[in-house]
Amino acid sequence: MSEVKMIATRESYASALIELGKKYDNVVVLDADLAGATKTAKFKSEFPDRFINCGIAECNLMGVAAGIATTGKIPFASTFAMFAAGRAFEQVRNSIGYTALNVKIGATHAGISVGEDGASHQCNEDIALMRTIPGMVVINPSDDIEAKAAVFAAYEHNGPVYMRFGRLAVPVINDSPEYKFELGKGITLRDGDDITIVATGLCVSAALEAADKLKSEGVNARVINIHTIKPLDEDLIVKAAKETGKVVVVEEHSVIGGLGSAVCDVLSEKYPTLVKKIGIQDVFGESGPAVKLLKKYGLDAEGIYSQVKDFIKENN
Amino acid sequence: MNKIELQKKANKIRQGIVASVHSAKAGHPGGSLSATDILTYLYFVELKNIDPKDPKKPDRDRFVLSKGHAAPAYYATLAERGYFDPKDLLTLRQIGSYLQGHPDMKGTPGVDMSSGSLGQGVSAAVGMAISAKISNDNYRVYALLGDGEIQEGQVWEAAMLAGHRKLDNLVVIVDNNNLQIDGTVEEVCCPYPIDKKFEAFNFHVIHADAHDFDSLEAAFNEAKEVKGKPTAIIAKSVKGKGVSFMENKVSWHGVAPNDEEYKEAMEELKKAGEALCQK
Repeated sequence: MSEVKMIATRESYASALIELGKKYDNVVVLDADLAGATKTAKFKSEFPDRFINCGIAECNLMGVAAGIATTGKIPFASTFAMFAAGRAFEQVRNSIGYTALNVKIGATHAGISVGEDGASHQCNEDIALMRTIPGMVVINPSDDIEAKAAVFAAYEHNGPVYMRFGRLAVPVINDSPEYKFELGKGITLRDGDDITIVATGLCVSAALEAADKLKSEGVNARVINIHTIKPLDEDLIVKAAKETGKVVVVEEHSVIGGLGSAVCDVLSEKYPTLVKKIGIQDVFGESGPAVKLLKKYGLDAEGIYSQVKDFIKENN
Repeated sequence: MNKIELQKKANKIRQGIVASVHSAKAGHPGGSLSATDILTYLYFVELKNIDPKDPKKPDRDRFVLSKGHAAPAYYATLAERGYFDPKDLLTLRQIGSYLQGHPDMKGTPGVDMSSGSLGQGVSAAVGMAISAKISNDNYRVYALLGDGEIQEGQVWEAAMLAGHRKLDNLVVIVDNNNLQIDGTVEEVCCPYPIDKKFEAFNFHVIHADAHDFDSLEAAFNEAKEVKGKPTAIIAKSVKGKGVSFMENKVSWHGVAPNDEEYKEAMEELKKAGEALCQK
């Protein structure tokens, strides 16, 4: 077996921006003194005239992006998820969401896999915040291929889009010729009728591993990759709930307000189903190496596997 | 347009403000009346390539009403300029109206940016000005701020970037009526000296009288000559200007006149309008 490629989705974001920049004159990239970390510095060196460093001022960053969008250019406002969705929430809500302006927000360093910087920088709330804004598209890609596809799709979509990227290098899992990114459409990665695991972002690869382990024990888990959290692929989720009876949601995000909540929102109305939410359990993170943190907080393959097993045992 | 004509326009706009706020039974007459002459000058003299029949004309000068609560003045100005029927002013703040309590660019012809949450308009104006620089467009961008509004930190984030990027196609105007909801700006959280603050962010600063069209003309013309710097015009104004019982009264920040007060205000404005016609 060939070695799995590992790429952080923030890298994918930056590469996709360069491709877009080459193709379209109207692409403008903004950052807030994190161009080295968000990787937009690469865009800056290719297209210095279309790169704007706003300095450490994220609220202004969002407003400037909105102003640029009113003139027909397509701005990609880049910073860490904590500052994009958290600090500048109201600017995103009022200057970008309410106006329905064509602004793309590239939020990197989401979740606890930020690692050593600790809880102050580990944003586990951004999906919850962003999905409350009417008209906001929320995308959380699972790997390099999906992240690039998401950036291209965001460019093509007319309206505000929030894209969530990670700091940690993650395995490339979507390198199949059939892979197709469709905004708002989930992807069934494994078929199974015993239980459904709905995963998003960097948790998708761990969910697949967990499913493999379950399979070796005779449990056939369906695995669904939800890259677009809003609009949510409700039909796919309801169908899976009907066919498998139990649903587990896995995300590197608070269990309050994220994909788990979004899935519960749908199922409680359309097909009430027992749902287990695996994620950050209403606590702040802490400093540490990303991989160890994911393990500690139960988001590695082993953690997902054992939580799914417990869930099945408790509810059989 | 000469000064008397501008004064007549401003008088009609003031009547529109009083009528719409009275009809809505809510709104912000004080800061609308203080901003009226500035808006009149902008829409009847200063803004180039604007066309009420083509509100999104790509080469138009842009305007952002950062102090979005002065929406009644904005709407009355846009209506007077021909963007929509002045009769619609009476639908202000009603359910289903395209004249929302604060400007909504999606629904109102002529509104270049939604606003209302203070401090955010300047950033959008900076974005517009940067965009023009990127693609070598010649349009200019104007933003109108309240003097209380500049307590918002985002204003200074935007000012820093504007100065840093030498946006000489950007003019911010501070409607310096000295009053905000809770009292005078000095009492609440003193923003003075406003001029020195903008200078410190590398702006060219001009002082003007917000109710004197000669003074406004001189200020806006001077701004056009400035190269390599954005301009801030600190326009000294009177809150409630034109309706004597509202002038300099903080209590008229955000309440509508009752029927009696409405009548009194309209009589005063109509009389002032008739006097202008005699000139």
